[in-house]
Amino acid sequence: MALITYRDALTQALREELTRDESVFLMGEEVAQYNGAYKVSKGLLDEFGPMRIVDTPITELGFAGIGVGSAMVGLRPIIEFMTWNFALLALDQVVNAAAKMLYMSGGQFSMPMVFRGPNGSALQLSAQHSQAWESWLAHIPGLKVITPATPADAKGLLKSAIRDDNPVVFLEGEMLYNTKGEVPEGEHVVPIGKADLKREGGDCTIVAHGKMVLVALQVADALAKENIAVDIVDLRTIRPMDVEAIATSVQKTNRAVVLEEGWEMCGVGAQVVDFIQRECFDDLDAPVVRVHQADTPMPYAKNLEKAAKPDAAKAIAAIKKVMYLG
Amino acid sequence: MATKVVMEALSPTMEEGRLVKWLKNEGDAVKTGDVLAEVETDKAVMELVARADGIIRKRIANEGDSSPVGTLLAVIGTADENIDALVAAAKPAPAAAPAAALAPDAAAQANAPAPEPASQGAEAPQQPPAQRTPAPTMVQPPLPPSGSSGFGVVSSLAASTSAGDGKRSRSSPLARRLASERGIELSQVRGSGPGGRIVKKDIESAVKSAPAAAAKASAAAPKKTPRFITRDGDFQDVPNTQIRKTIARRLAESIGPIPTYYLTAEFDAGRAADMRAQLKELGDDYKVSFNDIVIKAVAMALSEHPEVNAWWMGDHIRYFNRVHVAMAVAIPDGLITPVIFDADKKGIGQIAAEAKDLAEKARQRKLTPEQYSGSTFSVSNLGMFGIDQFTAIINPPEAGILAIGGVEAKPVVIDGEIVVRQRMRVTMSCDHRVIDGATGSKFLQTVKRFFENPLLLVI
Repeated sequence: MALITYRDALTQALREELTRDESVFLMGEEVAQYNGAYKVSKGLLDEFGPMRIVDTPITELGFAGIGVGSAMVGLRPIIEFMTWNFALLALDQVVNAAAKMLYMSGGQFSMPMVFRGPNGSALQLSAQHSQAWESWLAHIPGLKVITPATPADAKGLLKSAIRDDNPVVFLEGEMLYNTKGEVPEGEHVVPIGKADLKREGGDCTIVAHGKMVLVALQVADALAKENIAVDIVDLRTIRPMDVEAIATSVQKTNRAVVLEEGWEMCGVGAQVVDFIQRECFDDLDAPVVRVHQADTPMPYAKNLEKAAKPDAAKAIAAIKKVMYLG
Repeated sequence: MATKVVMEALSPTMEEGRLVKWLKNEGDAVKTGDVLAEVETDKAVMELVARADGIIRKRIANEGDSSPVGTLLAVIGTADENIDALVAAAKPAPAAAPAAALAPDAAAQANAPAPEPASQGAEAPQQPPAQRTPAPTMVQPPLPPSGSSGFGVVSSLAASTSAGDGKRSRSSPLARRLASERGIELSQVRGSGPGGRIVKKDIESAVKSAPAAAAKASAAAPKKTPRFITRDGDFQDVPNTQIRKTIARRLAESIGPIPTYYLTAEFDAGRAADMRAQLKELGDDYKVSFNDIVIKAVAMALSEHPEVNAWWMGDHIRYFNRVHVAMAVAIPDGLITPVIFDADKKGIGQIAAEAKDLAEKARQRKLTPEQYSGSTFSVSNLGMFGIDQFTAIINPPEAGILAIGGVEAKPVVIDGEIVVRQRMRVTMSCDHRVIDGATGSKFLQTVKRFFENPLLLVI
């Protein structure tokens, strides 16, 4: 297996699917001539030509709508948003058109399309460009929502997303593009809706997704030095959520911490905790604790930004709390 | 909020029940629907189930105790709530019970919907009365400060709810589950969590230090009360079972206030016997009894004579549009009357199959109340005991019952000749308040016509 970046893993997935199925095409701002704002589509214009790697003006709602229309007539569009912060302008197409088309057309029009792009905060991009949207999007029936954390999952899940006949929201991590991991070459498909146990340990469960999985792994390494072993349940897909994997782990550890990049109110963690309290009530030895971004627009100042973000130190404190350690 | 476990009316006629066996111990965690105890009703041994989730905090009734419906048997609650008042209220009431203790119950009574007027419609599902619990009061917790981790808020809430109750202890759900699984009394465990919360590791250390206590608890389990007491070998005092009490009370009720008269007739059973023999030749699947044929004949006659298919309701008579025939079945300690519903619309084969199944269930005491309630007329057969004629006692509020004697070869006079025929004597007991003599006689004629010409039962 090759050690490659998350970015290259995504490029591999795009290339393989563009090759495998000629109804697949990529469209978005700067995806062609510029090779993508984050270079995910590097080299694809040369390989597949301007009919399949399509540059658009700065018109998120417009090109998202073109994607919906082309999916209705049988193509398999991949719509790239330069970031999900810009995709807010296109949410009418994502939520009101793509997510509901199969339902409202009485099953006549499926939506085999992918909306993808970077999600969450990077560094000092301030309030408008540092947001994690998964809880918004996972709220919508009709959408599948994927948040891969590792290069291998990024490749395998993007391939599944492109092959899926439903609209899939694919949230990449802006800070993950340069991370490296082993990725199987060629056909590597990860099923949608299956969590992955990224670390196994009996003392406490950490439920995380996307970028926060890397934080959870740091936490696990730090706690291992104190002889505390944690289970890391990487959700990978937010909707549909693999609740069985969560229950299996919590029934073993009797406690859980839910880690997410976004805000607390109505966040993904709220859904996970709701599930745990309903299905694992008699297994709990402590209330489930959530770790998340502070309830404020992301500050620009470096020190305040750090204070607002969830991190390993906050997660470790939460784990010790649910384990009744100090 | 603690929930009372009371003696429920597990059959439509049940007024008291005997607690046969507890299936849960104090300290056991139970879920809604879990079976708590076996209760012998006037008809069968039934299961008493939990109406709330929680822990069996206190068992008040002992095995073998008989209690009227509504009596408090046990209390389900959370591990740490105070149930003293509930338990104290269950003690034999002192002359003047404190008004405060009675008030909540009285309020609940006042709010409770009026009970259905003794409805015994065949279709009415036999629901035990719902547990009455006062409506929960909405407690508005203070809004948590945003960004809080939950722990601080939870402890302050717990502290406020426990104010004024010094003995309240807290425990995690897991600790409660482990404690009940391992027989640990939570009140004996010191909690090491925040605010003294008992957590998993506290239970684990308690288990290590207390195996002796568990053994003692099991030795103290109540001994079984002997069912039979003999004195000097002269006689035996046998306590009345619930079913015996019910038979006594109901049959006395019947022979007393019901102005009963009797109509006896002799049916020719020749064709019915031929039919049975022919069906039997076709194989065991087609075997039917005389009784099955009688039930079908009675059911079809009832549909022709709705004036007989009726209940005496005191101030009115209820005539039924459907025909549900009960058949008396002897069981080791009494009798019970399972019902063949809509018997007029069922084929003899189906009646035979249902009758066999119901009789078997009756002998195993596995009939549900739905299976022995709601009949509109009854049939009792003692032919298999060599009885050629008898009178049966009406099963109120029904208006009639047909007693069937055995089929036997007898000399009869036909066209001036003495010939031998298969004959069966039946006696109908009629409640004269519902069925007048001529009405009953016409009905019996119809039964006779159907029974003597069983082809009419199959067209």
